[in-house]
Amino acid sequence: MRVLLVDDEEELVSALAERLSLRGIDADWVCTCYDALERVESKTFDIAVLDVKMPKMSGLELKRRLQEKCPDMKFIFVTGHGSEDDFRAALSEAGTAYYLVKPLNIQTLIDKMNQVLKG
Amino acid sequence: MSWKCDIIGETGLQFYGKTVASLTHEIKNALAIINENAGLLKDFTLMSKEGVPIDPERLRSVSEKVMKQVRRADDIVGNMNRFAHSVDEPLKEVDLGEILAFVATLSRRLASMRGVSLEARRTASPVTITTTPFFLQNLVSLCLDFAMKAAGEDKTVGLAAEKRENGAQIRFTGVGGLAEVPSNAFPANRAKILLEALRAQLGVDREAGELVLTLSKDID
Repeated sequence: MRVLLVDDEEELVSALAERLSLRGIDADWVCTCYDALERVESKTFDIAVLDVKMPKMSGLELKRRLQEKCPDMKFIFVTGHGSEDDFRAALSEAGTAYYLVKPLNIQTLIDKMNQVLKG
Repeated sequence: MSWKCDIIGETGLQFYGKTVASLTHEIKNALAIINENAGLLKDFTLMSKEGVPIDPERLRSVSEKVMKQVRRADDIVGNMNRFAHSVDEPLKEVDLGEILAFVATLSRRLASMRGVSLEARRTASPVTITTTPFFLQNLVSLCLDFAMKAAGEDKTVGLAAEKRENGAQIRFTGVGGLAEVPSNAFPANRAKILLEALRAQLGVDREAGELVLTLSKDID
């Protein structure tokens, strides 16, 4: 499984990527939406884990742009404290099963990634 | 008058809610980082049980990241507490430099979401007025919100206070996009009522790209 983690909190994504790597998952990370769009030009990912609220471009907008470049890519959204509006928007994009609230439980994240890839 | 009080109350609650939501979101991020790094430490101990040696330098680095985020969360909680206490006194002598620095701190995350930097400039000597601190924070926040929208991405909005004969002025600088904003876009009703309550006036200098808030020395 090749995963791209996108969150503007560098210390979060870097630690999460390391923990996923220790579990045998090929995890890469970036801190901006623009870097994410650039990274997928040079590397293929099965799934992207996106923070909903990021500077300049939301995770929802990033998903749409990534999907144009990588139609087979799957998505999971992560949020700190989403408002009702954020939650509804993410649901319509990813479905209730694929919206996680921080702090994350790593096993739950891995289970969700497996589910979304099977679905 | 009562409908104006209602609007001020509603605006204040909105400001309070928006600010607390932003600060708690930031605390969640700090907690999420602590969670991942604590998880990493646990992973290292599990690996060590299986014979993989632990690198002391990695342990030190991960522990420092945890401590850094604890300090970050503690600062945010301190700001939330200070913000909560800003409604304690309806009338108080305040240093505008401190108010601007504080509102800029509270707005930092929202500014970052818009790709805007904030720069609250302190004056050599305090610029003081007697006012309602919470209403003033609310008004400054509304002006800042408008200034950030008008400034656009990758810009810096400055906030500075200066003494005037009968009070003080706050300048919001770097608002380069004012020329494209319709003249009736700001101040809207909520800001107008706060301006009235604080005996303040708002000027818009489109050429200089500045909003200028003129405040009375004492609203009592």
